[in-house]
Amino acid sequence: MGHSKKKLLNLVDGMPAFPPSVYHILKLTADINCAPKALVRVIDLDPVLTIKLLQLVNSPYFGLSRQIGSIRQAVVFVGINTIKNLALTIAPMEMLSRDALNTPFLEGLLSHAIAVGVVARHLARRSGISEMESTDFFVAGLLHDFGKIALHRFFPEKHAKALALAHKKQLPLHLAEQEILNLDHTQVGALLADKWQLPPGCQASMGQHHNWKHAGESAVLDCVIAANIIAKTIGVGHSGNPVIDNPLHPAIEHRLGGDLSDLIGTLGDISGEMHKVQRFIHSWQNVSASNSTESP
Amino acid sequence: MKIKFWGVRGSIATPGAATVRYGGNTTCIEVRSDDNDLIILDAGTGIFPLALTLFPELPLTCHLFITHTHWDHIQGLPFFIPNFIPGNTLRIHGAYDPIARRDIRDILSGQLQYCYFPVREAELKARLEYITLRERQTVVTGSATVTNILMNHPVLNFGYRIECQGKSVFFTGDHEHLYNIYEPDDEEFSEYALFMNQKNQSIIDFIRGVDVLIADTSYTIEDYPAKKGWGHGTFDANIALAREAGVKTVFFTHHEPTRSDDALERALAEAMARNPRRPGDPQFLLAREGLVYEL
Repeated sequence: MGHSKKKLLNLVDGMPAFPPSVYHILKLTADINCAPKALVRVIDLDPVLTIKLLQLVNSPYFGLSRQIGSIRQAVVFVGINTIKNLALTIAPMEMLSRDALNTPFLEGLLSHAIAVGVVARHLARRSGISEMESTDFFVAGLLHDFGKIALHRFFPEKHAKALALAHKKQLPLHLAEQEILNLDHTQVGALLADKWQLPPGCQASMGQHHNWKHAGESAVLDCVIAANIIAKTIGVGHSGNPVIDNPLHPAIEHRLGGDLSDLIGTLGDISGEMHKVQRFIHSWQNVSASNSTESP
Repeated sequence: MKIKFWGVRGSIATPGAATVRYGGNTTCIEVRSDDNDLIILDAGTGIFPLALTLFPELPLTCHLFITHTHWDHIQGLPFFIPNFIPGNTLRIHGAYDPIARRDIRDILSGQLQYCYFPVREAELKARLEYITLRERQTVVTGSATVTNILMNHPVLNFGYRIECQGKSVFFTGDHEHLYNIYEPDDEEFSEYALFMNQKNQSIIDFIRGVDVLIADTSYTIEDYPAKKGWGHGTFDANIALAREAGVKTVFFTHHEPTRSDDALERALAEAMARNPRRPGDPQFLLAREGLVYEL
């Protein structure tokens, strides 16, 4: 265990700082009256986000007649609302895609993470959580499997083995990770959440989503656990975990007011949201990959 | 060239006694070139009464330019009668929406989904062509040319300049004059001001010298502080713009939906009193449904 703990700490030290900008943007944009300059300031402090925004503004999707060189110039030329909405769509992707999208596993995981975020937010809204707070549920769902990204990045071969083992033996992925790596993605997730000083809901989501001991204690965790199972059941994305827990913990069913099939039955109206995200991933990959000049 | 206003109301149609003089239909402007080419700016509810006048001209080719796809600028499109009659062609131009990642076809055909409208796009008898425009792309429509520039509104909004035989019209679509998002003591203030000047100048240069400027004038300066950032213009900002661009006639349009005819006339009178006439000033007029202006 000593060996794996050291490995874990090295791994966490090696991870880049979590872009706080992303969290701030999601919070700021949840308020319709957010001050434009506050938003611009957050973007300004994040060079990666700035570059991605400028790439998009200068892409054929906008079809502008001049080159835009800075975020402030972009705000003047395309309007603060457009920049706000663009930042809002980029920010969640940023959380995952700074590392991701370069292997089929990570691509599938990205779709899974988005699905869990969207469903967790849906469940939160259904249980009367305010629109402003529901953003936290979305982010918590989006980030719940971040530990997998870290493991996949730092131990690509061993993590691939864990994935294969889970698949072959129909074993929950975190147990397969334990068998091969002596640590699992929730342990890594918990440490990362702590290092990045994410809010408690995100910490619980990243560290405890396979730990049902805490079921019923936190609205965020309950929604993420349920959303994770729902996303796998309806088959959006790939988490790498072949095992789908069913039924839900009674405390979660109680909080959310239904069992798994009841909750899935309420999802009808999220397909549009998922479709929007898929569309975004597609065009995002186009812009990021080629910075192309073809017409949209 | 000839202009006719079919819809001058902003945001939502407002029929009723209080708006009967200026009209309650949302944005739609008919422009006729000297060769009688039909150019339509926006497809608000005003496009329906326009459509009813077109029967003697069928079959026709119509060039529709959408400034942006907010409801009040597209809501009449499903009721554009020539779409249901074989032999007609409707060429629809507009911007790509980079946020939703949808082109003009995708956005507008979405209006014809079964849950919104009983006739599907595939069932329309006219030929519909969609042209997604880039900024400053010029389109030739018979004897006229139409060029666009990006204005300031929450969603990409093109202002269109139409030229024909030395005459010209510019329509802003929805547009709010730029404002500095920083306070004068913020260090970013002057850099932002510089970019604003560049953008303002490019708009002024684009409009310069037009015979007719049709401008989104939703607000009075009293309304404006509570509505800053909503993407609409004021009387005072448009008077300043018209003077700087040296235009000859201004039509204020996109009238605020809660403004009665009497209040609208008062608002204009107050704005003119605040901005006394100067030599060389354009004439300032309120756009009115049914009004025809010949250039």
